[in-house]
Amino acid sequence: MASFLIISDMFTDDAVNAFSIPTQWRKCQTAQNSRSCQTRPVHSADVEVQTASCAQNSTQTIPQDQVTEHLCQQNCTESVPPGLLEFLLGVEDFVVEELNKNFQSHAFDGFQANWEDPSVLVSCFHCLQHPSAQEKGLHVTSVCWSSTGSMVVCGYGRVDDGDWITERSCVCMWNVDRGSLCDNKPDLVINVPTPVTALCCHPNQPALFAGGLYSGEVVIWDISQTPDPELAHTVMSSDSHREPVNEVAWVPLQKKGEFGVLSACSGGRVLVWTVGSDPGTLVLNAAYAFIQQQVPHSSSSHFKASGSVGVTALALSPWDPDTFLVGSEDGLLLKCSFSSQTPAAVPADGAGVASRAPAVFSFTPRSGPVYSVHCSPFHRNLFVSAGTEGSAHIYSLLQANPLLSLRVSDSYLFQAQWSPTRPLVFAAATGQGEVHIFDLGHRSPRPAATIAGVPGRAATCLAFSRGNPHLLAVGKADGTVGIWKLSDDLTEQSPREISLLDHIAGQVAE
Amino acid sequence: MAEVEETLKRIQSQKGVQGIIVVNSEGIPIKTTLDNSSTVQYAALIHQLVMKARSTVRDIDPQNDLTFLRVRSKKNEIMIAPDKDYFLIVIQNPSV
Repeated sequence: MASFLIISDMFTDDAVNAFSIPTQWRKCQTAQNSRSCQTRPVHSADVEVQTASCAQNSTQTIPQDQVTEHLCQQNCTESVPPGLLEFLLGVEDFVVEELNKNFQSHAFDGFQANWEDPSVLVSCFHCLQHPSAQEKGLHVTSVCWSSTGSMVVCGYGRVDDGDWITERSCVCMWNVDRGSLCDNKPDLVINVPTPVTALCCHPNQPALFAGGLYSGEVVIWDISQTPDPELAHTVMSSDSHREPVNEVAWVPLQKKGEFGVLSACSGGRVLVWTVGSDPGTLVLNAAYAFIQQQVPHSSSSHFKASGSVGVTALALSPWDPDTFLVGSEDGLLLKCSFSSQTPAAVPADGAGVASRAPAVFSFTPRSGPVYSVHCSPFHRNLFVSAGTEGSAHIYSLLQANPLLSLRVSDSYLFQAQWSPTRPLVFAAATGQGEVHIFDLGHRSPRPAATIAGVPGRAATCLAFSRGNPHLLAVGKADGTVGIWKLSDDLTEQSPREISLLDHIAGQVAE
Repeated sequence: MAEVEETLKRIQSQKGVQGIIVVNSEGIPIKTTLDNSSTVQYAALIHQLVMKARSTVRDIDPQNDLTFLRVRSKKNEIMIAPDKDYFLIVIQNPSV
């Protein structure tokens, strides 16, 4: 309509501007939603590890048997060397005949070649004393040798006094192998607050030894540690001993090579101590208690008593790690087992470790306190006991009655110990000051040797040295320790001794 | 071979026998019932001893010769049967 009007008005060329109208078709539908998404920034972290230390371990057993086998096999697979069979068959009859003759022959019995001058005398080597202990009138209560046999350790206390003692005492050490040994001056003195009642050196480590004190304490000393050699001691508690410790001993623990300390007191308790994690203290590992009612009574005992059994003597079996022997104040001799599970009939006074009753077998009781029990190092069943009766009794673990009883002295016997080198020899220390050494190979019941003493000065303890079997240490009530050199016939084992010992052990007690 | 082993077993079963070694003329062990180290030690030392003993016997009397050697010690007895090619060494403890 509009353009028609323009044309009719004037006919001029006109350029009409193109007018465009954008289409709205479908425009309204395109309402756009815009969306966006964004991932979270990636967290990354770097961590590094580095081991602080590295260790490498390897073991190799020496294949010794294999080597032998190898040698044999090599030989076996090889063909027989020429002539070997002929040779062996040729000499066999003759050699067998000689072997038989030799086995039956007694031509060399008791024959000893004299390669060196025999020492026939038991002689005093040293007389050790500690003047300040002697001034106080202290007795030597225990003596032991270090595992190497070079160090002799002695503890001072009292054997005659029943009173509670509070005086200070000491442990003295002498090195016997040292050239400059001075009899009157110990190489080392350890001061102890109460008298020493028991000592025992570590079986392998020469610097370690354990001691029991009158106050009931158990102490371990390490003399390689200076200036204070005390390694560990027990703390007074309801668990620990409250009466004098009569015996201490090193006992192997389950873990190979580790040792604990076994201690026995007159209160009727035997305790096993180990060095705890806390340095300087001993921790109770196991406890055993002896109560009269729980003691297996042998047929020959008639008395029935009550209360606890005061342990005065203790011995470990070198053959059976589970067995230990106990001697008591009222003469009981008991075989005990470490692995016993029977609970002891004692009131548990809040103790951490429950006591067990270890006694498994009772031997014929003695009429007085048993001061010493010692297992034979050469026969698994034999042990010797000694006490106030003055007799030494040799028992077999398998029989209640003693196999042999030897009258040693009219006085007390304080200790009896087997020789570490001669299966048939043992020594006994008497209250009259003498030490008698018996040889069971002799027919007479008299001692093979006697170390004389001064009457009134009892020999309170003795110790053979394993490291140096020629020496015997004897502690006396006058505060001296005698080191005696034994003669060859008391230290050299003769060929048929073991079979004679077997014969003694196999006897039936009357 | 079995026969050799049988013979050695027969000797080993005699009372108190602790070990047997067969050594050749050069001192080298050929058969043994002992462990390696003691076999080597016994073989070397006994070989020397036998040679010395033999020369002693022959030096005293050239018509004589060593036939058997026994060494008695505190712990055991060593018996040696010599031959031109081999020695038989038997160690016996006569007091068991």
